[in-house]
Amino acid sequence: MYWNLFLMNLKSQMQYRMSFFMTVLGQFLTAFASFFSLVFIFDQIDAVDGFTYGQVFLCFAVIVSSFSIGELFGGGLAVFARLLADGTFDRALVRPRSVLLQILVPNLDFTRSGLLLQAALVLVWAVPASGVVWTAWKALALTLMIACGAVVFFAMFLLKAACTFFTTESVKFLDILTYGARQFGRYPFSIYGKQILWFLTFVVPFALFQYYPLLYLTGRTNAAWFALLPLVSVLILLPCWLLFRFGVRKYKSTGS
Amino acid sequence: MKAYFSVFRIRLINSLQYRAVALGEIVTRFFWAFFEILAFTAVYAADGADFSMAFSQTAAYIWMQQALYAVFSVSYGDADIYEPIRTGGIAYELVRPVDLYTRWLLSGAGNRIAPFCTSFLPVLFLALLLPAPYRLLLPESIPQLLLFLLSTVLGLLITVSISTLMHISMFFTLSHRGTRIIFTAVSNLLSGGLIPLAFFPDRVRAVVQWLPFAAMRDIPLRIYCGTLAGGAVWSSLLLQSLWLVVLVVFGKLCMCASLKKIIVQGG
Repeated sequence: MYWNLFLMNLKSQMQYRMSFFMTVLGQFLTAFASFFSLVFIFDQIDAVDGFTYGQVFLCFAVIVSSFSIGELFGGGLAVFARLLADGTFDRALVRPRSVLLQILVPNLDFTRSGLLLQAALVLVWAVPASGVVWTAWKALALTLMIACGAVVFFAMFLLKAACTFFTTESVKFLDILTYGARQFGRYPFSIYGKQILWFLTFVVPFALFQYYPLLYLTGRTNAAWFALLPLVSVLILLPCWLLFRFGVRKYKSTGS
Repeated sequence: MKAYFSVFRIRLINSLQYRAVALGEIVTRFFWAFFEILAFTAVYAADGADFSMAFSQTAAYIWMQQALYAVFSVSYGDADIYEPIRTGGIAYELVRPVDLYTRWLLSGAGNRIAPFCTSFLPVLFLALLLPAPYRLLLPESIPQLLLFLLSTVLGLLITVSISTLMHISMFFTLSHRGTRIIFTAVSNLLSGGLIPLAFFPDRVRAVVQWLPFAAMRDIPLRIYCGTLAGGAVWSSLLLQSLWLVVLVVFGKLCMCASLKKIIVQGG
């Protein structure tokens, strides 16, 4: 049944083909613009905080890929305030199916493929340019970084949606954890200072799938277990999901 | 004239309604600017870093860039303009005895000035309270401040005239989301919305600095942080005025041409 919903959504988005491709192009250009701003900066310097050009781009590629996968799935949660306001959510509640999936599947945003395409291009370029000596273990680390990063971004979208239950208005400042993390994660998180790195390690675990595995990839540390840290970051999904469930239980309709 | 002024006022009052949204925007902008500046700290600390802008000037540029984010965004809260194109409500707009181009221009200005007052101005006060290297630099003289304000007004008008061109193009593409994202991406990069244009390689900057995008955001910000001074300020203001005239004339022509062909979306 979810498969049918998925197909219906894909078909309806493809109905306005021109509109669809323009949005994809737009997403592509957005990622391209932020790519260029990084290229321009590195035109004048060689390394930031000891990370070279190629290594920073590897970092950029990881963040953009995981963000776009996370948003592809969690994008429906970004418009959650609207679903609450117009009663779409109330309809989902009365149906005997998973509430979360009913929100996610019809709101999958395929135009995100533009962003994903750009991320893939940068990744293909950065993997050799980063100067990393690739081994099977390191390839696994990179895969984990992207996959677990996507889960963390998804969790952030879920967190934002869960908070909407309590405010019924869009909680804009949490965008720092989604769009902001995409923007600032283009550099290894260590450049923002110790306190922020600590926060991003123990509170919202962005650094676990970005900074620490990168240290291992670039050979700054030999601790191979750093490659497995992304798996730990996935745990953030649990509190976010619980908060969302708590929100669903407490939920009172806005009445419209 | 009174009618146009009312449109402007209505949009202003309308946008002032949402206080929670304003608070969220303040927090977002503040942290956004702060992180951006932290990133520049690391860039400035890198080996061989030799930039034309001093760090404090870059910090001032970023604070102003974020504080004026709405003012210089080609796409910011203009749903009252583009939604009627999609729903067909535009037909009502067309029978009204007001010039649609002027109405859109003023509505766009209102949509940007109101959020600036509620959600963006407070960011500047916060920025003044920070410790030294991160603090917002104040302009060195009153004339510099006045020139910055004049340039900002011109920049705002250029922004809304580009935005209006974008809205006219929606008559044909009918894809408001795609069009908005494309315009935002391109204009952000070329106007110094991501990094100051001073950080662009010389050859790229030689072209980019003459474009209307540079006139809309980079020039006012550079006047503020003092990297544009003396006679260069006047020639930049002239460039801004020229672009404004060109864009408005071009926009009006496009509007006339497209209104002849417009097919109103069913109702």
